[in-house]
Amino acid sequence: MSLKLKALLKSPWVFHLCVGGSCNNCDIEILDCLTPRFDIERFGMVLVGSIKHADVLLCTGSLTRKCRPRVEQLYEQAPKPIIVVAVGECALSRGMFMQSYNCPVPLDKVIPVDVYIPGCPPKPEAIIAGVVKAIEKIKASIKEKK
Amino acid sequence: MVMILYFIVFGFLIAAVVGLLLSWLDRKVTARVQYRVGPPLLQPFIDIVKLLGKELLIPKGASKITFLLSPILGIVSIMIVSTLLCLVNIWPQKTFFGDLIVVLYFLVLPSLSIILGGFASCNPLASIGASREMKLVLAYELPFILAILVPVLKSGLTIKVGEILNYQLLNGAIIGSWSGALSFVIILLCTQAKLGLVPFDVAEAETELAGGALIEYSGPALAIFKLMKAMMLFVLPYFMTIMFLGGFNFSGLAFIKSLLGFVGIIVLIVVIRNTNPRLRIDQALRFFWGPMTVLATIAIILASLGL
Repeated sequence: MSLKLKALLKSPWVFHLCVGGSCNNCDIEILDCLTPRFDIERFGMVLVGSIKHADVLLCTGSLTRKCRPRVEQLYEQAPKPIIVVAVGECALSRGMFMQSYNCPVPLDKVIPVDVYIPGCPPKPEAIIAGVVKAIEKIKASIKEKK
Repeated sequence: MVMILYFIVFGFLIAAVVGLLLSWLDRKVTARVQYRVGPPLLQPFIDIVKLLGKELLIPKGASKITFLLSPILGIVSIMIVSTLLCLVNIWPQKTFFGDLIVVLYFLVLPSLSIILGGFASCNPLASIGASREMKLVLAYELPFILAILVPVLKSGLTIKVGEILNYQLLNGAIIGSWSGALSFVIILLCTQAKLGLVPFDVAEAETELAGGALIEYSGPALAIFKLMKAMMLFVLPYFMTIMFLGGFNFSGLAFIKSLLGFVGIIVLIVVIRNTNPRLRIDQALRFFWGPMTVLATIAIILASLGL
C-alpha cells in the first residue's frame, strides 16, 4: 500500500452534511463519537468546517428536492479521493419519507456512496464499526487492483 | 553554501519536526483537559503526508498566483526566522546589526500570508476571516513591539538578539526582573493571538466561519499552511525563550532547565487556549489597545527606571 493511502486511512477528516429532511438524531449520535466515551480523535478523525479540507463526506437525513443540487455540488467540490458515508435509515433508503413528494430519489442514486451505516439512529459503536468497514473496503479494493 | 545548509537544517527540518511534535502536545493536552485520550504521537506528521497526497483545487474566480504563492510566502518567512534564531542561539557573536527588527518583520509575514490567501480565494467567509485577521494584526502588534522594547532597554539599548542573549548570560534572565515578568505576560498573550489560538481565534472561528481564511485551501496548499502553523508553535515560544529566559543552553543541567522553560511556555499557551472562550474581534482589539498597551507602557517605564 502506498504511503499516501496509508496516511489517508490514518487521518480521515470528516465533513458532516445533513442532506435535507431528518430529525437530527443521527447528527447527535455522530457528535457522541467525539465525546470522551468514544473519542474517535484517537484514530485521527476530526470534524472539519469546510468540504475542501475533508476526506470523508458524512451524510445524514433523506435527500430532498432542494438539497439535491447542493449535494451534487459539494461532491464535485470535494478534493479527491473522497469517501462518502451514509448514516441512518433516512440517508440509506429515505426511511419514513419513502412516499413523500419531496424525496424523489435516495442518496446513492445521486452520488456514489461507499459505506452504509443502518440504524434509526445508529449507535456510536455502529458508526465506528462503519468506519472500520470503510477502511477495510478501501484496503480490499487496492488488493483487487494488484 | 553553508547558509543554504543552515536554512534547510535549522529553518526547515528542526522547526518542522519540533513544531509538529509540539502540535501533537497541544492536541494531547487539549484531549486530556477534556478527559479524552487524544491522538497518537505521529498524528500531525500523518496529517501533513495525507494532505500532500490530496487534490489541489483552485476556486473559480480566485486570483491563481496569489492563492498559490501566499502559503509559500508564509512558510519561507517562518523558516528565515527559525534559521536566524537558531544561529543566534548557537553563536551569539555572529549576528548582524538590527536582526531583532528583521525577526519582528518576518514574524508578521505568516499572518500577512493568511490575509493574502483569504482575500485571493474569492469566498465571502474567507474574506471575513482575512479582514478579522488584519484587525487582529493591527491590535496585537502595538503591545507586542512595546513589550519587546523591555529586553532591548534592559540590555543597554541594543537591537541585536545576540547581545540580549549575552546580557542575560552575565546578569541572569530578563524574566527575573519586574518589568521583564510584566512584558513576558504581554508577549505570551500576543503570542496566543499570533498563533491564532483561542481566545483570539476569531480569524478562523470554526463555528462561525467554517475554517475562516483557509476555507478554500485543499491538498498541498493546506498542508503548507498547517506546517506553517506548527512551525510557528515552535518559533514563537523559542523567540520568547531567547528574549526572556536566556535562550537554550546546551550544557548539562542548564539544558534541562531551558527545556523546562520552553515546554512550560507551550503548556501555558495550551492551558490558556483550553480555559477561555473566544473573544469577539472588537473585544480583542479593545483588550490589546487598552489594558495590554497600558501594561506594556508601565513595563517600559519600570525598565527605564532599572527595575
